[in-house]
Amino acid sequence: MMGRRGVLISSASTVLFIVLVGVVIALSPGASIVRERFFDWEHLKNSLLGSSTTPSVLEAFVLNIKIFTIAEAFILVIALGIALIRAVPGPVFFPLRMVAIVYTDIFRGIPLILVLYMIGFGVPGLGLQFLSSRSDVTYGIIALVLVYSAYVAEVYRAGIDSVHQSQIAAARSLGLSRWKAMRYVVLPQAVRRVIPPLLNDFIGLQKDTALVSVLGSVEAARAAQIYAAEQFNYASYVVAAVLFVLITIPLARFTDHLIVRDRNRRQAGATT
Amino acid sequence: MKRMSLIVAACLLVLAACAEEPKPNAAAGGGSGDTCAEGNLPLYEDGVLTVATDRPAYEPWFKGSPKDYSGFEGDFAAGVADRLGVPIKWVVEPFNKSYAPGSKDYDFDVNQVTITPERSQAVDFSDPYFENNQGFLVMEDSPAASAATVEDIKGLQLGAQVGTTALAFINTVLQPDKDPKVFDTTNDAKSALEAGTIDVFVTDLVTTVYLRDFEIKGSKVLGQYPKPENFGALFEKGNPLVECVNSAIQEMKDDGTLQDLQDEWLKQYLKIPTFQ
Repeated sequence: MMGRRGVLISSASTVLFIVLVGVVIALSPGASIVRERFFDWEHLKNSLLGSSTTPSVLEAFVLNIKIFTIAEAFILVIALGIALIRAVPGPVFFPLRMVAIVYTDIFRGIPLILVLYMIGFGVPGLGLQFLSSRSDVTYGIIALVLVYSAYVAEVYRAGIDSVHQSQIAAARSLGLSRWKAMRYVVLPQAVRRVIPPLLNDFIGLQKDTALVSVLGSVEAARAAQIYAAEQFNYASYVVAAVLFVLITIPLARFTDHLIVRDRNRRQAGATT
Repeated sequence: MKRMSLIVAACLLVLAACAEEPKPNAAAGGGSGDTCAEGNLPLYEDGVLTVATDRPAYEPWFKGSPKDYSGFEGDFAAGVADRLGVPIKWVVEPFNKSYAPGSKDYDFDVNQVTITPERSQAVDFSDPYFENNQGFLVMEDSPAASAATVEDIKGLQLGAQVGTTALAFINTVLQPDKDPKVFDTTNDAKSALEAGTIDVFVTDLVTTVYLRDFEIKGSKVLGQYPKPENFGALFEKGNPLVECVNSAIQEMKDDGTLQDLQDEWLKQYLKIPTFQ
């Protein structure tokens, strides 16, 4: 714990640091032009709310939230499925495990933007009746789900592997089937342990929703780009950045909270 | 702790001291008389006209490699260099960076940039060297191919490239029922048109005809919309070279060079029926 003196020193050094950074920026030779190009009040306001020729960054941001929420729901389920498949034992299921491994290897390896292009411009070209006439947002969500499920499956797998073998042995000796041991003994512990890294991946996902714009939809980052190109002013990017930060901060603090809670719980468990 | 903050402070001050002075693009008021005289030209690099454009650069605006661009804009810039009496050197500048604050590493940028009052607050433009209309590109086998009036177009899914004035044109003039789709590059918009996620690609007339003839099989230009836009060369705000380039452009207009260039590179592109 920091004592009173510690708090004083850390506050003082923080203030000093911020002041110095501020002075450096303010004294830099291009300060006024940067202020005008990035932080002009009128431009900040106009890009946030939109005008007759430029979309509102705030309104466009709703699309990011929509994409993120839908994708996240699918990712949680699909990734868990993949992790479970990789945990299925027995030589008979080797092909199944193989598919899961190949899937994670491929989709963790390909940059998201390439997957977006392949799905968004490739699938409609196939001419399949059911798949080929979806909106570009749908293709964007599919691409996000494909890529992030591969990441998140690995997170789940790490959680499952972290549960000690003896727990499975104990569950099996109590007469639980393999599946039941997984369902009632391993998974509850595994999932609790991986919640922080899971949330970390979701913060990444929130930001990557911006990439869906390559398929044509106007989300916050694209709306900001349109404003910037029209007005030759970057204030709109600042607005978009602030919006993204505003939704990731609560998630980050929530993650911290979960980590602390988990640590306290485990310590409490150790002493009793 | 105290020593630590001192070190931090020292580092920051050093940083501040090293922050680059803005490079005076011109030797301010450099000496005697005519700034546009060959020896006095306020050039980024002495004795060379450094001109920037994005890459890939598209025909018919640019042809060949950055070592020796021809094409309408390539030849136009070369003509300017010629009249200023210096050789030309091409560099790459992405459009989205061309209006960033700070000094530029070239004299001017030519990249089919439309002159608008908003943009003129951030950069300086030369006098216009070309006037372009908007065009509509569709796939021949799509329902959009039968659109005959602006009213028909309003109900379709339109697409445009970000940073183009086609987007503002869609929003203010056409005001379609559905929000337009917006793409990073012409190539992405082209893929979307081929994939059918957009019905109409709206961009400048010359580009639509180029795409029809050389890039997208089975596409069709519906027509041009008379909403002329002026292309200008883009300069860092306050660059005194603008005056010299403007007089070169005026010369090229007066002696018919610009018209010749237009006939040479753009003639086939401008013969498209006007859209009502």
